[in-house]
Amino acid sequence: MKIAILRFGGSNCDLDVQKALNNLGVCAELVWYKEALEGFDGAIIPGGFSYGDYLRAGAIAARTKIMQSVEEMASDGKPILGICNGAQILSESHLVPGTFTLNQYPKFICKWVNLLKIGRSPFTTLSSEVVQLPIAHKEGRYVVPPELLQELYENDQVVFKYVDDKGRPTSAVNPNGSQDNIAAVSNLEKNVLAMMPHPERASEKLLGSVDGNAIFESMIRHINSL
Amino acid sequence: MLFRAEITIKIKNGMLDPEAATIKKALKHLGYECRSVKQAAVFELEFEADSRQHATDLAQEMCQRLLANPIIHDYNVVLV
Repeated sequence: MKIAILRFGGSNCDLDVQKALNNLGVCAELVWYKEALEGFDGAIIPGGFSYGDYLRAGAIAARTKIMQSVEEMASDGKPILGICNGAQILSESHLVPGTFTLNQYPKFICKWVNLLKIGRSPFTTLSSEVVQLPIAHKEGRYVVPPELLQELYENDQVVFKYVDDKGRPTSAVNPNGSQDNIAAVSNLEKNVLAMMPHPERASEKLLGSVDGNAIFESMIRHINSL
Repeated sequence: MLFRAEITIKIKNGMLDPEAATIKKALKHLGYECRSVKQAAVFELEFEADSRQHATDLAQEMCQRLLANPIIHDYNVVLV
């Protein structure tokens, strides 16, 4: 099994994701955006500040050629995971519905959050109901047109919500003003997941939590089942 | 022919604009009470097109494909 980790100018969580995957015994190859994306079973778009967040976070990276290859992988049913800036790139590429924009209180937030697993996703099969992961973003407020929001629930596309320690999605624990406390969303087919929290930053005890590993392990299990 | 387009991109009416809200507060600190504040990005582009209509179409296309995000933005194209 081989998973690609995409790199754009400004990606900065690429090596962290690679280490998290290596810890799980998976071969993860860094792929520069000008290189060919071939022969991979899945792809991860890591966090960072691709193209300095110019125009809108993820907007420029979403229009690069390599994203056409990502789109092809997605339509072949291969799992694609976008983390933070990767999630913004996936939404700007229209691979997941809605968009991640400036936080309600427009500052950069870096903190641990509780997340409730919603619905069924191949990226969360091994995850507990409530997990703790860090977020680190300024443009993470999830916005989706109201008519689409209903569809997201009907099609089981909402994957994680920001919740309190009792698992309740209250406005007090909504860190960025996201619609319905949504932290992660998938495409209709479920093989593309865009999530603002960072599972790779919760992949070793030393980091404070290993909850993030379940996301990668679920992805790996899904690849093995294909 | 060379055309110049001025493209304005704004957060849609009724949508939260956190930067504009912060600017409104800062104006208040300076003693200016504004009922509302909006901010927009303006792009000035120069490009070749076959006709005015072609230039407008190209500018619209640029908005749809990159400059604006239709979920949160309205945009306006003026050929100058």
